[in-house]
Amino acid sequence: MRTIGKIIKYEVRDILRSKFVLFYFIFFLLLTEGLLRFGGGSTKTLASLSNVVLLVIPLMAIIFGAMYLYHSREFTELLLTQPVNRHQLFTGLYLGLAVPLGLSFGAGLGLPFLFHGFDDAGDVMLLLVMIGSGVFLTFIFTALAFWISVAYNERVKGLGISIVLWLFFAVIYDGLVLLVVAWFADYPLEKAVITFTLFNPLDLARILLLLQMDASALMGYTGAVFQRFFGSFWGISTAATALMVWTVMPFWMGMRKFTQKDF
Amino acid sequence: MIKICELYKSFGALQVLTGVNLSIEAGKITAILGPNGSGKTTLIKSILGLVKPDRGEIQVGGEVLNGDCRYRNAIGYMPQIGRFPENLSMQDLMKMLTDLRGGVHRDENDRLAQFSLHQEMDKPLGTLSGGTRQKVSAILAMLFNPKILILDEPTSGLDPVASSVLKDTLVTERDTGKTVIFTSHIMSEVEELADVVVFLLDGKIQFHGPPDEILRDTGEANLERGIARIMQDRATA
Repeated sequence: MRTIGKIIKYEVRDILRSKFVLFYFIFFLLLTEGLLRFGGGSTKTLASLSNVVLLVIPLMAIIFGAMYLYHSREFTELLLTQPVNRHQLFTGLYLGLAVPLGLSFGAGLGLPFLFHGFDDAGDVMLLLVMIGSGVFLTFIFTALAFWISVAYNERVKGLGISIVLWLFFAVIYDGLVLLVVAWFADYPLEKAVITFTLFNPLDLARILLLLQMDASALMGYTGAVFQRFFGSFWGISTAATALMVWTVMPFWMGMRKFTQKDF
Repeated sequence: MIKICELYKSFGALQVLTGVNLSIEAGKITAILGPNGSGKTTLIKSILGLVKPDRGEIQVGGEVLNGDCRYRNAIGYMPQIGRFPENLSMQDLMKMLTDLRGGVHRDENDRLAQFSLHQEMDKPLGTLSGGTRQKVSAILAMLFNPKILILDEPTSGLDPVASSVLKDTLVTERDTGKTVIFTSHIMSEVEELADVVVFLLDGKIQFHGPPDEILRDTGEANLERGIARIMQDRATA
C-alpha cells in the first residue's frame, strides 16, 4: 500500500506539472459558471451539462489516459527495475491519473453551484448523480485507455484505437441499437434493448442521469424501456452496478496484460 | 549468487533463449558476450524480471523468482539506453528512488565529481546529452550499494575519461565483495575487467569460464580472435 501511495504521489506531481488537469478543471468551471450565468437556472444548466459530461469526459479520459501511459513508459521501466511489484505499479499509475481527473471534473462542476445555489431541491441530487456518473466514466475510460496502451506498444496505434473506441461507444453503438430496433420492430425488444444498454457505459451513465431528471421525453427508446422495466430504484441500482463492473473489468484486464508484459 | 536453469524465451516466432543454464558466482566480474541479437539483453532483463521467461527457473541469492519484487533490493541496474522521465532532474530522481526504496542512499559526491555531474544535478533529464544520461544511469545503479550490479553495455556512449572512471569503479566494487555482471562488445574491456566470461550464441551458452581458458582452448593470442574462432567452429560444425 505504501508503495502505491508513493507512486501516486510522484505521478500527481508530474501531472500537475503538465497542467493538463488544471485546464480540465478550468474548462468545467468556466462552462458551468457560464451556463449558470447566461443560461438561466440550475435545472437548465444541468440539462445542458449532461451532454457535455457524457461526451467530453470519456473522450478526455481515454485520450489523456493513453497519452499519459505512453509518455510515462520511461518512468514505468525505471520503476520496474526497483523493488516495486507490477500490480502495485499499475494500480499506482491508474489511481494517480484517474483520481486527479475525477477530482478536477467534480470540483469544476460543483463549485459554481455552491456559489449560485439551486432552483429546485431535486437539482442537488441531480448534480450529485451527474458528478458520480462523470467520475465513473473517468475511471472506466482511463482503465480502457490503460488496457489499450499496455496491449499496444505503438503510440499511434494505441491512440487511434482509443479514439475509435470512444467513437464506438459515443456514436456508433446507439446507431447499431437503433438499426436493430428498426429491423425487428415487430418483435418485443425490451429485454434485448436493456441488455444492449448494459454493454455500453455511456448509455448506462445517460440512463442514470435521465432517470434522475425524470424527463421521459428525453430518455429515448432505451431509457424509456429501462424505466418501465425496472422502475426508478431498480433502474438506478442496476445501472450503477453495471458501471461498477465496467470499471473493474478493463482495469483487471489491463493489469493482467501489464503483469505479463515484456519490457 | 545467481542461478539460471533451463531458461527459454521467445518473442513471437523468434527464439531468443533456448535452454540457458548458468550460475554466476558472487564477488566476481562476469562478462556476457555474444553477437548482436544473441539474447544478452533478454537474459539480463529476465534476471531483473523485466522480461517474463517462457520456461525455466532463476534464483537470485538462493530465492527463486516468483513475482515477489523484494530481491530487486539487492540489484542495481544500468540499462543499455537510460530512459528517464524527461522533466525530472537527477536530484528529483535520486530523491524519488530513495523515498521508494525507503532507505538512505550512499554518498555519491566523489563519483559525481569524477563524472563532473554536479552542474547537471538540477537540469531536466530530457535536456542532458546521451553520454551524460549514461553517467546518471551508472550513478543510479550504484546509489543503494547493491550486492549485485548488472550493467548492459555500460561504456558505450561514454567518453574515455568517464569510461575509465566507470571501469575503475567496477573493479573497486568487486574488491568490496560485490557481484558485477556486464555485457560488452569491446574485447579489450572484457580482457581488462572480467574474471569470468560467458559467451552466448543462438540462445545458448557456448562457453563459460575464465578468459585465459578461451585462449588456451583455441590457441589464439587474444580474446577477440578466440571468440571469433569459437563462432567459426560453430558455423562449420
